[in-house]
Amino acid sequence: MSRQTSRIADPKKVNSELFNLTYGSLVSQLVKDYENPEDVNKNLDRMGYNIGIRIIEDFLARTNFPRCGDMRDAADKIQQAFKMYLGLNPSIGNWSGASDEFSLTFETTPFAEFVELPDSCSNLKYANILPGVIRGACEMVQIEVQSWIQQDTLKGDNVTEIRVRFIKKLEDAMPAGED
Amino acid sequence: MTIYNLYMFDKTGSLVYYGEWVRKKPATMSKEEEGKLVYGMIFSLRSFLLKISPTDIQDNSFCYRTSKYKLNYYESPTGLKLVMNTDLNSSPKDLLKSIYAQIYVEYVAKNPLSLPGEYINSELFAQKLNQLVSMSPIYSQRNL
Repeated sequence: MSRQTSRIADPKKVNSELFNLTYGSLVSQLVKDYENPEDVNKNLDRMGYNIGIRIIEDFLARTNFPRCGDMRDAADKIQQAFKMYLGLNPSIGNWSGASDEFSLTFETTPFAEFVELPDSCSNLKYANILPGVIRGACEMVQIEVQSWIQQDTLKGDNVTEIRVRFIKKLEDAMPAGED
Repeated sequence: MTIYNLYMFDKTGSLVYYGEWVRKKPATMSKEEEGKLVYGMIFSLRSFLLKISPTDIQDNSFCYRTSKYKLNYYESPTGLKLVMNTDLNSSPKDLLKSIYAQIYVEYVAKNPLSLPGEYINSELFAQKLNQLVSMSPIYSQRNL
């Protein structure tokens, strides 16, 4: 009975191993196509941006949150989104002095369960799609942020850290030709 | 209790969808011009309200009533604006929220072929929208 209920609640849940393997094959295909890890990083970020601008609508539809007042609020919501969509639990920390920059820390790199980076790809940011998603989602709610991977367990660091920095608040655009 | 029509605008102001159920007077201008007119009006009205409101506006929706109809407005945090004209007795705020959450998000935001800013030509979207609207308690089968 309980399995029935959870299926109705979220019929689109996918096995996480399947998802990780699919993401891995996506990244390896990108590496084959572009050959240069920097290009792969840029493309992952761009793909993440495109995902972010759409996933924010789904997130808002499910949670009904209003726009965030400040970065602490935004950080909290991003953390909830990770939990909702990926079942991951990053911790928030490393706030800058002005409270406009923070880190999301994961114990291991998301999606990298079966992954080892070869030496030819030492610059590759495997989970670079995630900073792109954060950037795209925030832009749709009028917050411009810069986000990047600071530390990566695939490269030997202790934790995986995504850093997010607030750049500015975007103003709603005036329609063209308004007096 | 009747629903007359619905406009949807994205955050740049382009008309993304127009749906009508009851319209007695024929339109005097093209859909795009009418869309620009409505958008300009709600944009000005919204910035006016933000400036003049005695308290902080928590809600992203407002409405105005004339003697003949009521215009209801709902804006999502991502800037999608929904404008629905109804008769004077209706309160479609929940309907607008569910149009956003159940129809727009499902059939437009999740549609990889729909580009932001483009008019929604998807028949599935129109069909699901009509379904949701006709099931709402506000809707009544009033013909022209």
